[in-house]
Amino acid sequence: MSILTAPTLSHYLVLGAILFAISMAGIFLNRKNVIILLMAIELMLLAVNLNFVAFASFLGDMAGQVFVFFILTVAAAESAIGLAILVLLFRNVGSIDVDDLDHLKG
Amino acid sequence: MLTPSLLPVLPEIILLVAACTVLLVDAFLPDGQRHVGFWLTQLALFAGSWATLTTFEPEPVLALGALFIDDMLSDLLKFFSYFVVSLMLFYSRAYLTARGLFRGETFVLTLFSLLGMMVMISANSFLTLYLGLELQALSLYAMVAMHRTSNDASEAAMKYFVLGALASGMLLYGMSMVYGATGSLDLHRIAQAVLGGAGNRVILVFGLVFVVSGIAFKLGAAPYHMWLPDVYHGAPTAVTLLIGTAPKLAAFAFMLRLLGVALSGLEFDWQGMLMVLSLMSMILGNVIAIAQSNIKRMLAYSTIANMGFMLLGFLAANLNGYSAAMFYVVAYVITSLASFGVVLLLSREGFEADRIDDFRGLNQRSPWWAFVMLLVMFSLAGIPPTVGFYAKFSVLEAAVNAGFTWLAVVAVLASVIGAFYYLRIVKLMYFDDAVDAEPIDARLDNRVLLSVNGLALLLFGILPQPLMGLCVVALLQSGFL
Repeated sequence: MSILTAPTLSHYLVLGAILFAISMAGIFLNRKNVIILLMAIELMLLAVNLNFVAFASFLGDMAGQVFVFFILTVAAAESAIGLAILVLLFRNVGSIDVDDLDHLKG
Repeated sequence: MLTPSLLPVLPEIILLVAACTVLLVDAFLPDGQRHVGFWLTQLALFAGSWATLTTFEPEPVLALGALFIDDMLSDLLKFFSYFVVSLMLFYSRAYLTARGLFRGETFVLTLFSLLGMMVMISANSFLTLYLGLELQALSLYAMVAMHRTSNDASEAAMKYFVLGALASGMLLYGMSMVYGATGSLDLHRIAQAVLGGAGNRVILVFGLVFVVSGIAFKLGAAPYHMWLPDVYHGAPTAVTLLIGTAPKLAAFAFMLRLLGVALSGLEFDWQGMLMVLSLMSMILGNVIAIAQSNIKRMLAYSTIANMGFMLLGFLAANLNGYSAAMFYVVAYVITSLASFGVVLLLSREGFEADRIDDFRGLNQRSPWWAFVMLLVMFSLAGIPPTVGFYAKFSVLEAAVNAGFTWLAVVAVLASVIGAFYYLRIVKLMYFDDAVDAEPIDARLDNRVLLSVNGLALLLFGILPQPLMGLCVVALLQSGFL
């Protein structure tokens, strides 16, 4: 049962890829709620963080781990702006359904 | 050469301090004094260009622990960016005032997004590339949403935010793969590792796919163009003008640093990807633009098509191609600036002037602005003697010299299709009767600058060599051979 032994780099990368795929699916398949989109975006950045930490630890290089701190900070700023836009959208359109975002097209 | 000095970062420091100052000063200004913030911003842009000029060095200089590079390429692109942002503020002054947006937030966010672009232009590491990109993008998301009572603006902001964040996520995922394969975040060290054959090639190419997708999203190249028409349409025209101009310069530098420097060893792999992007953008942009009735949407599809042309030069992957692409971006940005400048000029309180029909009979209302718009349309269509012609000519030449003759043929056919909708505007302006009798009025500075901008399209079209020479020298001095 090699899968139960100590996790290797590839285990982390596969987990990162699965998280990334889930977040992509969350963005493209979700037709309901904009908040789920914001959650999917956060998940995507976390998948990337996992990748960076796994590589940094594998390579013994600190730069990758430092990068993760920056990504976390930017992700916080990003969700702040995303939620602000969401509040604005709800005030103007009266709904946060993805399907209601169809006024601009062509 | 790595220097411990902060001198190469002086323009960025000035812009950061200026943005904070404008933010503070604006908080204490009474409502009638908003123009103080405007002039402070212009002063900051002037100080920034002064700093870029005085700290100019022909040789590349590394700073901040090799996170930051100051070479001639970055100086030139930054110089254009100050210029573009300054003109954007002059053009949109009346528009912003009429909509209650002539406020400190606009100026501060503009300065911060410019700062982000400057960091992108001068980045020498994945970290600075990413941070610059996000600083620019986050400021622009907020600017799109700034017209708080507009449904369209909030919808556009949401779409821009979600797709922009998706693009950053994909780019980062690609960067993490490249980091894992090469063990470094520094662009030059990555380049050495890739050229030296280090790292697993499968992981590298896997990362490259995500990096190219992220870049294509930011440029607005098809099939990653979905956000562009909606954002151009929904955003206030002043913000559309900003999104449609300066970030393209930064995105070009971003692409050059990532693909032309860091991943230059994977040239054959990304050439194929850019070929697909370029082909799809040129065809899709030009065909769908025909069906548009809103001029901002039409110009958005025109942007997609133009980015396809720029990629055509870039994918030649040599000095000739890079300089043609750089000339193309600069020419496109000058033209785009004038096109939205005219839309802003025609708009007034309660009237956006964003339908194509609003241009009907413009020649009767004002022959001069009709002529400026004619120059813009000719330049976008690539008709001599405007700058758009020489720009298209040089990318086609670069593509043919690099052996992509069939791609150049498709590009010419696509631009023939494109000529239809550009010339339709000319036809509406000159051969139809005006429906709108309102006189066109604008401040003197706006009129003078927009006229000079329009004539620049003609000037650079007749004398393209100095600008082209500048692009070639900047690339040569920055180590692109």
